[in-house]
Amino acid sequence: MDETPELAAFRAETRAWLEENCPAEMRTPPGGDNDMCWGGRKWKFRSEAQKQWLERMAAKGWTVPEWPTEYGGGGLTKDEAKILLQEMRRIRARPPLSSFGIWMLGPALLKYGNEAQKKEHLPKIARGEIRWCQGYSEPGAGSDLASLRTSAILDGDEYVVNGSKIWTSYADKADWIFCLVRTDPDAPKHLGISFLLFDMESPGVTTSPIKLISGYSPFCQTFFDNVRVPAENLVGTRGKGWDIAKYLLTHEREMIGDMGSPGRDSMHQIAKKAIGTDGEGRLKDSLLRADIARHEIDAFAFALTMERVKDEAKAGQGVGALSSMLKYYGTELNKNRQELLMSIQGSDGLTWEGEERYDGALAREWLRSRANSIEGGTSEVQLNIIAKRVLQLPGA
Amino acid sequence: MALVLTDEQRMVKESAEGFFAENAPVSQLRKLRDAADADGFDRGLWAKMAEMGFAGVAIPEQFGGAGLGMVAAGLIQEAIGRNLSLSPFLSSAVLSATAIGKGGSADQKASLLPKIAAGELIVALAADEKARHQPASIATRAEASGNGFRLTGAKPFVLDGHVADRLIVAARTSGADDEKAGITLFLVDPKASGVGVKRRSMVDSRNAAELTLDGVQVDGADVLGEIGGGFAILEAALDAGRACLAAEMLGVSAQSFDTTVDYLKQREQFGVKIGTFQSLQHRAAHLFCEIELARSVTLKALTALDEGDERAALFVALAKAKAGDVVKLATNEAVQMHGGIGMTDEFDIGFYMKRARAAAETFGDNAFHGDRVAQLLNY
Repeated sequence: MDETPELAAFRAETRAWLEENCPAEMRTPPGGDNDMCWGGRKWKFRSEAQKQWLERMAAKGWTVPEWPTEYGGGGLTKDEAKILLQEMRRIRARPPLSSFGIWMLGPALLKYGNEAQKKEHLPKIARGEIRWCQGYSEPGAGSDLASLRTSAILDGDEYVVNGSKIWTSYADKADWIFCLVRTDPDAPKHLGISFLLFDMESPGVTTSPIKLISGYSPFCQTFFDNVRVPAENLVGTRGKGWDIAKYLLTHEREMIGDMGSPGRDSMHQIAKKAIGTDGEGRLKDSLLRADIARHEIDAFAFALTMERVKDEAKAGQGVGALSSMLKYYGTELNKNRQELLMSIQGSDGLTWEGEERYDGALAREWLRSRANSIEGGTSEVQLNIIAKRVLQLPGA
Repeated sequence: MALVLTDEQRMVKESAEGFFAENAPVSQLRKLRDAADADGFDRGLWAKMAEMGFAGVAIPEQFGGAGLGMVAAGLIQEAIGRNLSLSPFLSSAVLSATAIGKGGSADQKASLLPKIAAGELIVALAADEKARHQPASIATRAEASGNGFRLTGAKPFVLDGHVADRLIVAARTSGADDEKAGITLFLVDPKASGVGVKRRSMVDSRNAAELTLDGVQVDGADVLGEIGGGFAILEAALDAGRACLAAEMLGVSAQSFDTTVDYLKQREQFGVKIGTFQSLQHRAAHLFCEIELARSVTLKALTALDEGDERAALFVALAKAKAGDVVKLATNEAVQMHGGIGMTDEFDIGFYMKRARAAAETFGDNAFHGDRVAQLLNY
C-alpha cells in the first residue's frame, strides 16, 4: 500500500527470482510432515525439485531470511522478509526447509550463543545440513519442566550426561540435540539448569520411538548413558539454561499457536463439497453450519490477533507475554477445527487404512491435534502464565 | 494497513478516555436513571462532546467535522463503553451522519452535517420494525401524495427517538415486506402532524422511543438517496453502527474485566485472596484472551470501513458477533466472580451486564451475524 520505492523494487526482484527459481512441484501444498524437507545427514530428498529448491533458497540465505549473512542468513529487514513471505505465498511456494534448528535453536543461539557456536552451527542449520531435536521433557518432568533430572557433570573439559528425555520429536532422525541438563544438583530447581548441545551419534545415546494413538511415531524417548560432551558446547552461562529454555519456548509456542490461523483450505469449502448446499446456497446441515460459522469467527479473530501482535511489536507498542495467549488459543482452536472436520466428513473421516482418503490422514490428524494443548506447555500451564505475568494475580 | 493505532488515533483514544472518565462516569448514568430524567442524558455533556469534536468525529472536514473516520469513532465509543456514558453519539454522530454522508444530496449534507457535528441537531435512525433485527423487514408504507409521500407504520425501537430533532425513517415505496429493493429513506420532522413518539424504558437505562407514523406528509426534498434504493444506505449506516457497538462492547468488556481482576486481588475468603484460586485464575486468563481477540477483530472492522475494503461487511459481522459473545462472557463472569455484591444495585457491575445484553442485541446478535458471516462467505 504505502510501500517505499526501495521495497517495491525488492518485491519486483523477489517476484522475478521466485518465478524463475521455484520448481513447479514446489508450488503445491505438502502432503503432511513427511512430504516436507527436513534436511540433515540422513535426509533423502523426496524429489529433485525438493533438492533444487532447498539449494537455491539456501544459496540466497532465504531459508532463514532475517538471520545475518555471515551465519548463512539472508540479512533481510523485517519488511523485506514479510515481502518475501508474501511473494512465496502468492505462488503457493512451500517453505524450502522445515527445521527445529530454524524455528527454535537458531533464535536462541543468535541471542545467547558465543561467536564460535554461531559460526559452527547456524550456517549448517541454514543449509539444512544438520537436523536438530529438542531435549526438554522427561518422564518425570512434563508440565513441571524445571524439575528435570538429566545430569551433566563436569569431568575435565567434558560434561558427562546421564538421564532420559521423552517426547523428543524426530530424535531418531536428528543429528544433534539441544538439551536441558542439570549441571548443579544442589542449586534451587530453576537455577541448576544448563543448555547443552551434542551429537546424537555420540557413544551412549540411544533412542526409541513411541507409537501414538494416531498410529505414527513422531516422538521418541531418548536415553543418555555416560555421554561425553565437550564443555564448550554449553550455551550461555552455566546454570542459566532456564532463561534460554523460556526464550526458546516462546518461539515454540508462537509456532504451535500459528496452527489456529485460517489460510489453509477453508473449512466451509470442505463442508460444501462434503455435505452440499440447499437452493439458497446454504450448507444442508443447519446446526453444523452454525458451528462452522462460530469456529470461523474465532479463527478470523485469532488470525487478526496474530497480525495485530506482530504489528504492535513492530511499532514498539507490544503488550508482552502474549505467546502464552497465542499458544493457548491457537491450539484450542486447531483442536476444535479437527473435531469439526471429522464431523463434516462423517464416516469417510473414520477411515484408517486404504488407498482412498489418504490412508486415514484425517483421523490421524485429528488424533495428532489432541497433543497440541499438551506439548510446549499445556493449556493449563499457559493460563497459569497469563494469570501470573499479565494479570498479576496473587499466588499465580 | 497495519493493525495498530496511528499517533493521531492514540491521541483520540487518550483524550476520549480522560474525557468520559471525568465528565460522564457511571455515577452520571445512575443519577439520570434515579431521577427518571426526561431526556435520559445530560445536554451539557453533549455540548462538551461537540466542543471536543466527538460529535463530528466521522464527518468530513468540509462539513464541519473532524474527518477522523471510523477507527476514531470506535475509540470514542470504546471509552463510552468503559464509562457507560449516555449521549446520542451512536444515533446521531455515527448512524445518521453515515446515512446522510452516504445517501444525502449536496444540499442535505450541507444543511445537516455541520449541525450534527456542532451537536445542535440530534438525528435518529428509525429503521428496525422487528424485535429481533431483520433490517429488510420494513412494512411501513410510503405512498405517493402531492409532490411527496405519506408515511404510515410503526417503529418500536428508535434509539434516542424521544430527543431527536430529525428522524431518518425507512419506509417501503415498493416491493414485499422482506425485500431489500423498494425501501426508501425519508427525513422526517418529529413535530410533523401524524408523528407519535413515546419514550421506552429499557433495561440498560438507554434512550429509545416507540415511533408511530399515521399518514405523515413528507416533501420530495425529504427523500434521502434514491427512491427504492434506501437499503444500501441503511446497510452502510448499520455497519458503521455495528462496528461502533462492537467497540463499545469492547470497552464494556475491558472495564468489567479490570474491575473484576482488581476485586480478585482484594477480596478474601477462607483466609486468602480469592485471586489465588486456580479455578478463578484460569477463567480470568481465558477471558483476557477472548477480550484480546475481540479487540483485534473490532479494530479490523473499523479500519476496513475507513479503507473502503471490499470485505468490510464481513469484518463488521465478525466483530459484532465476536464482541457480542465476549461482552456477555465478560459481564456474566464479572457478576459471578463478585459474588453476592455483584447482584446489588449499589454496585456498578450490574449496569455493565445490562448494557452488554442490550448492545449485543442491537442491530443483530451473534446468531444474526454468524449467519451473515456464513452468507458472506457463501455457505
